[in-house]
Amino acid sequence: MGLEEKLPSGFLLSTVEGLAGYMRKASIWPATFGLACCAIEMMAVGTPDYDIARFGMERFSATPRQADLMIVAGRVSQKMAPVVRQVYDQMPNPKWVISMGVCASSGGMFNNYAIVQGVDHIIPVDIYLPGCPPRPQMLLNAIIELHKQIETSPLGVNREAAARAAEEAALSATPTHQMKGLLA
Amino acid sequence: MSLSTAAYDIALSLPAGVTGLAPANDNPVADFSDTPWWVALIKAVGVFVYLLLSTLLVIWFERRVIGRMQQRPGPNRNGPFGLLQTLADGMKSMLKEDITPANADRIVYTTAPLIAATMAFVSFAIIPLGGTVSIFGHETPLQITDVPVAVLLVLAVASVGVYGIVLAGWSSGSTYPLLGGLRSTAQVISYEIAMGLSLVAIFLYSGSMSTSQIVAAQSSLWYILPAFFSFAVYVITMVGETNRLPFDLAEGEGELTGGFHTEYSAMRFAMFYLGEYVNMFTVSALATTMFLGGWQAPPFIAAIGDGALNGGWWGLLWFTIKLWMFMFFFVWLRGSLPRVRYDQFMRFGWRFLIPITLAWVVAVAFIRGAQLGFLGQGTFTIGGRELSVATVVIVSIVAVIALAAAWIWDDKRAEREAAAEFNPPEEIDPFEGGFPVPPLPGQRLREPSGLAVGSGAASREPVTSSVTSTLTSSPVKEETHG
Ligand code: SF4
Repeated sequence: MGLEEKLPSGFLLSTVEGLAGYMRKASIWPATFGLACCAIEMMAVGTPDYDIARFGMERFSATPRQADLMIVAGRVSQKMAPVVRQVYDQMPNPKWVISMGVCASSGGMFNNYAIVQGVDHIIPVDIYLPGCPPRPQMLLNAIIELHKQIETSPLGVNREAAARAAEEAALSATPTHQMKGLLA
Repeated sequence: MSLSTAAYDIALSLPAGVTGLAPANDNPVADFSDTPWWVALIKAVGVFVYLLLSTLLVIWFERRVIGRMQQRPGPNRNGPFGLLQTLADGMKSMLKEDITPANADRIVYTTAPLIAATMAFVSFAIIPLGGTVSIFGHETPLQITDVPVAVLLVLAVASVGVYGIVLAGWSSGSTYPLLGGLRSTAQVISYEIAMGLSLVAIFLYSGSMSTSQIVAAQSSLWYILPAFFSFAVYVITMVGETNRLPFDLAEGEGELTGGFHTEYSAMRFAMFYLGEYVNMFTVSALATTMFLGGWQAPPFIAAIGDGALNGGWWGLLWFTIKLWMFMFFFVWLRGSLPRVRYDQFMRFGWRFLIPITLAWVVAVAFIRGAQLGFLGQGTFTIGGRELSVATVVIVSIVAVIALAAAWIWDDKRAEREAAAEFNPPEEIDPFEGGFPVPPLPGQRLREPSGLAVGSGAASREPVTSSVTSTLTSSPVKEETHG
């Protein structure tokens, strides 16, 4: 509701942070949509063998207004890009994005005019998941990683501080083109 | 609802007249004379908490049971056995951004979920949850209040609750919610008629519309037996009334995205969710009260220790068990049935449920009339058994009507079958439509008039004639004709 963002820093905020983090990670409803072959693996995660319901995530919401997580499962074509962006914009905050498969993460094998070379050109991505396609277990792993991220995500003034620190770190890091020797 | 009101009048006039079979008055048997306002308040808060906790539990229960039905574990990560799942869903909704679309009508858009959520709770005020108990030294029934027309109140409140859905659909300012809201209106209007009619039989049996009186009237026999048909109709309509699968047309994901709540997010959506589940509890509680003896213990348990387990706080236990049986039924339905098509759903409601329930109500009226001796007390003896004239008359009337109905139905079916039978003409011209058409089994091809069709016909002729010959000589032809 936004109230939690206005708390002063200190004990109260960190308690609310912990509680909100737990509640948010415990209830993540993904938006219903898939773009290509990766989507089949995403659906497989809903089957009894893998059962995404264990995390309380089986409620894929058909309307983006009730979704928390966008799993970009498949390559994003230039034509689809505005649609993906619109769905993302329709989701209420806070929202997260998993870029599933190499195509969504970097364009993958489709190095051509038709495919967006990585969905992070159009929406911010929280977790990149490699693989072509990633196995259902890998998607579950990505989800668990995202849970860890959400659970420890700061709120209010703490979030601003964290964002500032991340920006500082990015500015002072060595740019890739200046890196020398074996990159490992 | 004018029909149920009429039944109420009948119920009023019935008992005064004849024998001592019917209850002497229709006023609630629950005695609230020793209930100060603060005890009523405690009970109201208690019911509210009871419903909220039940809702938290039932959503978890539903997801787990459906998981089991599909051979998967279901939510089990958050809290012991995943019990915190529903709480997390609710809290998360509270922490989410609340979006109001630019096209929405703000005031209506905000009030709609409030109506849906609050109305769901109201009906529970008249449901008897248990027998008479002592709260802080005051003897009071475990029921917030009761009125002579309590069941009508439930029906009325249910209709007001639908406004929440309709207004939500209308005020969202987009197409899917509007369609969802419209569907919901039509659905609830058509199914509430059948629901009200099915309850009329209960009013006739109990001679009252007050819930405590209906429960008391069932002390010897639960109405699920004499009014079995009403029970079946009620169970069907209660699913339609609560917008649950297989009748969840108002929010069918395949067709309408989210239906009426497509544009709702965060807490406002959670309120619809809450309303839906509390509504399920309400209709189940009404079913328990009307058909399953309310809070009364099952017969064999009621017999223990002269009814020691049949009253007071124990009633709450039996009531809850019966309530949850219905909840399980809801979940079971959802786990096994696909959504029905909208037109089929409407046709089922209007063309089957309503007329047949009307006929049932008339039959019940006659049976009750016979039981109360309206048709005379005369008896006669056949083979050593004494039979009441009234019963024989009623049974024979019902038998004659059933026979007539079966006859008419049989005729209709024969007609329909005759109409459905397709008799292809014996001989067809394959080039009639300008394009060669193969013959159906048992059909003969008319020989093409070679010149008219052109040079190509000459080469085709042997082929077609061979087809004709195989067809005419084949045994298949004999079979289809015979
Ligand atoms: S990563 Fe592989 S499986 Fe996934 S969309 Fe691309 S090509 Fe298909």
